[in-house]
Amino acid sequence: MPFIANTDEQRKQMLAEIGLSMEGLFSDIPKGLLAGKLDIGEGLPEQEVRGVLAELSGKNSIDLTLFLGGGFYDHFIPSAVYSIISRSEFYTAYTPYQPEVSQGTLQAIYEYQSMICRLTGMEAANASLYDGGTAMYEAMMMALRITGRNKVIIDDSVNPIYRVMIESYTKNLHIELVKTHCETGQANREQILSKLDTDTAAVILQNPNFFGCVDDFGDIAKAAHDKGALLVVSCYPISLGILKTPGAMGADIVTGEGQSLGLPMSFGGPYLGFMATKMEHVRKMPGRIIGRTKDRNGKDCFVMTLQAREQHIRREKATSNICSNEALCALTALVYLSLLGKEGLRETAQLCADKASYAYGRLTAIPGVRPHFKAKWFFNEFVLDLPKEAADVIAKLIEKGFAAGFPLSRYYPDMKNSILVCVTEKRTKEQIGMFAEALESVL
Amino acid sequence: MKLIFEKSVKGRRGVRTTRSDVGATININREFLREKPAEISELSELDVVRHFTELSRRNFGVDTNFYPLGSCTMKYNPKVAERIASYPGFAHLHPLLPQLRGGGMLTQGALAVLYEMDMLLREITGMAGFTMQPMAGAHGELAGIMLMAAYHRDKGNKKTTVLIPDSAHGTNPASAAIAGYKVVSVASTDKGVMDVGALKKVLNNEVAGLMLTCPNTLGLFDPNIREICDLIHSVDGLAYYDGANLNAIVGKARPGDFGFDIVHINLHKTFATPHGGGGPGAGPVGVTQKLVDYLPISIVVKRNDGTYALEYDRPKSIGYIAPFYGNFAIILRAYVYILMLGAEGLVRVAENAVLNANYIRVKLGKYFEQAVEAICKHECVLTPSKKMLDAGVHALDVAKALIDRGFHPPTVYFPTTVHDAIMIEPTETESKETMDSFIEAMIDISKLATSEPEKIKASPVTTPVCRPDDTAAAKNLNLACL
Repeated sequence: MPFIANTDEQRKQMLAEIGLSMEGLFSDIPKGLLAGKLDIGEGLPEQEVRGVLAELSGKNSIDLTLFLGGGFYDHFIPSAVYSIISRSEFYTAYTPYQPEVSQGTLQAIYEYQSMICRLTGMEAANASLYDGGTAMYEAMMMALRITGRNKVIIDDSVNPIYRVMIESYTKNLHIELVKTHCETGQANREQILSKLDTDTAAVILQNPNFFGCVDDFGDIAKAAHDKGALLVVSCYPISLGILKTPGAMGADIVTGEGQSLGLPMSFGGPYLGFMATKMEHVRKMPGRIIGRTKDRNGKDCFVMTLQAREQHIRREKATSNICSNEALCALTALVYLSLLGKEGLRETAQLCADKASYAYGRLTAIPGVRPHFKAKWFFNEFVLDLPKEAADVIAKLIEKGFAAGFPLSRYYPDMKNSILVCVTEKRTKEQIGMFAEALESVL
Repeated sequence: MKLIFEKSVKGRRGVRTTRSDVGATININREFLREKPAEISELSELDVVRHFTELSRRNFGVDTNFYPLGSCTMKYNPKVAERIASYPGFAHLHPLLPQLRGGGMLTQGALAVLYEMDMLLREITGMAGFTMQPMAGAHGELAGIMLMAAYHRDKGNKKTTVLIPDSAHGTNPASAAIAGYKVVSVASTDKGVMDVGALKKVLNNEVAGLMLTCPNTLGLFDPNIREICDLIHSVDGLAYYDGANLNAIVGKARPGDFGFDIVHINLHKTFATPHGGGGPGAGPVGVTQKLVDYLPISIVVKRNDGTYALEYDRPKSIGYIAPFYGNFAIILRAYVYILMLGAEGLVRVAENAVLNANYIRVKLGKYFEQAVEAICKHECVLTPSKKMLDAGVHALDVAKALIDRGFHPPTVYFPTTVHDAIMIEPTETESKETMDSFIEAMIDISKLATSEPEKIKASPVTTPVCRPDDTAAAKNLNLACL
């Protein structure tokens, strides 16, 4: 049998040594509850399995030129990222419960936490959450705990995928979710400020927002703080190579999707939810947290700390039910950032913004194609209004080899002709030119 | 060892970014930009490779050491699964593609994996339908309790509590509480299984359901499992199977046949995907027919023409719980594993996991105390003998002494219902030779504990650091290098 070491001879020998039989070992399961042979087929050798999966892999088209983002991005991943995270000392270990034999994982997570803080302008980060959406939900729950309030304002420029997740998670809870509507491309100040009151736990925003527009929430942070509410900001980590940090805007909790930091798109996961906050809120933060301390000989070392918040100690009173997180994905993000370095990250962000801006110029020069929003500042995504229904145009462009973008009507019913276009550093001037020609030809 | 930030040299470069072919055409007003770049360390590619290689050598993993961490199922992670997960057709696939008109046909391979995995898990667990979305076991628990809530809401049932045995994993009560339920603990008997009398006492119409691991955290199969599920159903409650310990019975028995309504499976345990130093995992959730309509949006379906599609029109669904279709690359690895094992292989998994655990239990029975003297399933719980405890040697000391003998320690101080618990889960991928050397080390420790206890209490001495000061860590918080 694959992956099972004991031979039949050894099984017999072991059973004899402990005076038991294989039936005896399962005699505690009532006879009527034993299953017959499962109908899942015979096991296959590696050669055949690789054949089967290579065929399935071939049925996925990865030849499309991607202008599709929506919070999940096709960035370049340096070769050394995969080499490093493929070290099995990392990936075959588990949660570092035993610090003496887990200093590698522990120090790496501490460095990851530090990296996230440096990137976002915050003071403390946790060891990771599942993805950007669950991270936002956890941030909302954390804000409720900190403030003791139960109203949350969320602008509809926040990724709709995250918003529908939050709606699911809060269905059985008594939380008042107030939605504000983005009109100009930037957060709707008028609506947010009018709804902000002393019952409000948090305002949840995103930068760049789902439409790609950039903003500075400093004024909203101040208004929220005046009412005793918190500002939660979800962000796109690559953009922080150049954009103002949520920390500098006065955010209290920062979350985001870390997929762009060296993780392949892999059809939806595993990804990386990150979360950072101010030191004063650290004890209300969910998830694992790694701290630096000394060992009994006075040597520097790292341990899981503040475990009294967590489910394995606090059970039903824990800050969250999370146990396993996305440690290997956090390591990936750390390695990716380390390889790019300070200048490399800044350059990557700049390239994304430059190329998106170039594409914007090319695409809006097409007759009938117009920018949707008044706000004109964007990072690497932007919304265009087409003269035809966006979903139809996208379908036609797929035939021409382009994933042209995301049809916004999927989440915003009154945006039938609007498309969200994304450009990363992987797209070339030539590809952008060909895309513009293809788009023009189908309009 | 220095932090990566302490190795940084101003101006040093790692990977070169691609050359710009469009010029500086950036379209962002200065007021939105950061004042200075983020302080990311500046290192050469080799610096980075060396740093992380050095870090990796400060870890025990399954590939380097026997790792009998109870309740975590640290079995071997097949390399072929890693290789397949990196196939470009899977790794480079954008998750939004099938949501574009005409895009579904471009992701048929990935949708097939999700659909086929659903079918396999149904057969393995005896459930009627699965969601692949939960991204970890605890996430599966939360999804499961949300399904429970949706069922009761739909039926107009007024339910407020979830029952959980006192020996349960901490995630169970945490998941139930986060979903809005009050948790009521159910006591165990002195034989380590659920006290049916105690269950009857707390059973009433307020009960939404019961969460149960079987075999439980003591490694014991509950012989009353069928009756327990029937009791829960008698108040229109739902029985939730925490699949954390499925490895013990996979291929041999199915939670659906026991009477469970909802099941989560930790793919990173039973189906051999890497634990990653604490994730990513995957926790698909299966349900019986009466709950299928509540499963999250979306579900992969097979159409009459043999093609696969995502179904979004699910009016009774609990909604979206993940951005897409779950941790796809983890589900893919588990799929590969099941294809390779087949029906007979899975039976062998359970048999060898149980054999290895009982071999350890019986052979160490003379030197340690068994928490419960009975046949166990995939793991056994021992405690130090009275003589060892009298000498001041506790579970933690045994754990640390094992490190010096080249073994990752078992889980200690869990389950909390047992004092000084040492919870050993060897898994089926380990050999008799490994069992024998582990047993020998444990016997050596038990003897030394009474003759020279200070030696045990000084361990580990072979590691880069020894027994960190947890109290200082929590008191003088240092959570980042800024």
